[in-house]
Amino acid sequence: METVIHLRGAVALLGRFPALAGVDLDVAAGEIVLVRGPNGAGKTTLLRALAGLVPFTAGDATVLGHDLRRDRVRHRPRVGLLSFHGGLYDELTVADNVWFWTRAAGADQADAEAAMAVLGLDGRLAGVDVAKLSSGQRRRVALAVLLARRPELWLLDEPHAGLDNDARDLLDGLVREAATAGATVLVASHELERAGALAARQVVVSGGIVRDEETPGAA
Amino acid sequence: MLRDALLIAGRDLRVEWRSRVATNQVAPLALVIVMLFAFALDPARGILARAAPGLFWVAVVLCALLIVQRAATVESGDGVRDALRLTALSPAGMFLGKVLAIGAELLALEALLLVGVIVLYNAAPSTEGWPLVVATAALATACIAAAGTLYGVLASGLRVRDTLLPLLLLPVLAPVLIGATRAFEAAFAGVPADGWLWLGLLGVFALVYIVIGALAYGPLLEET
Repeated sequence: METVIHLRGAVALLGRFPALAGVDLDVAAGEIVLVRGPNGAGKTTLLRALAGLVPFTAGDATVLGHDLRRDRVRHRPRVGLLSFHGGLYDELTVADNVWFWTRAAGADQADAEAAMAVLGLDGRLAGVDVAKLSSGQRRRVALAVLLARRPELWLLDEPHAGLDNDARDLLDGLVREAATAGATVLVASHELERAGALAARQVVVSGGIVRDEETPGAA
Repeated sequence: MLRDALLIAGRDLRVEWRSRVATNQVAPLALVIVMLFAFALDPARGILARAAPGLFWVAVVLCALLIVQRAATVESGDGVRDALRLTALSPAGMFLGKVLAIGAELLALEALLLVGVIVLYNAAPSTEGWPLVVATAALATACIAAAGTLYGVLASGLRVRDTLLPLLLLPVLAPVLIGATRAFEAAFAGVPADGWLWLGLLGVFALVYIVIGALAYGPLLEET
């Protein structure tokens, strides 16, 4: 199986603080990996660094065949990051947001419409300003954007937060479908029961390093 | 790059259309500024008519600060900057798109202000001066929009951006203010030939600001 993420002694700094202090990690295509650990352990930084938003300053870091120490930009359009912040324009409607971000990612209108339909955003909600949505609905919109982009690497930061049970089930189904289709998924979550059931593998981040890897049920 | 620029410009103008900040806040402010100048400088003494070109561009620059600040704020929403960095959009295209959107808003504002100046100050360009007025407005607007977009992204990552942006931008726009005012003076005085040199200067500034902005926007988006 093709290796999508390869990290060896990877270091990433936030200011002068080593948020990632020598991470070793290999993830193959189609894997779903749960990234767990206490607050401040470096989970979010790990996802952001894999997306190319935070530079690796030492070690080896290859993602989707790109050496991120040399170039952390070119692989970005192939990465989907569902962050806690959402990355949506409050002044625009749901449909405008999904359409804009889909076009910006190089995908087309049909991808945006299909993603909105899957997430149940194609009805009345499509014309509602994002500023008027609940946090769970915003999460759905962000997920629709991610889905429309069709990324090869899904980086999900606390993806279940704010979602109701139906939306959580929907999200889990989408993640499994994507992995079956060959996408690689990293899920950083504190909801160990649900995210653990989703993942085939778990890694624990603590103090900026990946301390151990466990299979589900062993944690 | 053109596709990216049009996508960004369309989004910014859509945000403006929905929020109506320029139409409901900036445009009325521009008219208030023009009226305050009229109150402060008695029209009967002829000072207003003589100072009209300079007052026009001072009003434009002050209102441009608000438009630029608003355009920068759009990109500072929760996670928006990261999301933009993860797209396939070229930084130069993003820059040009924001310049186009700010430029379109500024041109509309300038048209409104020009009407205000003509009505309230009893000063208007001569018939032969209109081409110079239009060309000056286009180039000065390009300068303001390009510099504003560049400094907007520079300041947008900072907590003090609201106060820092005018401080950074106004000195950079001073030569534009001078050049545009001189060109307008020539157009208003009916000697447009005297203004073409200033127009050339504005053209050089516009080119420099746009080239520097297109090159620097990407690194600034990454680092600030």
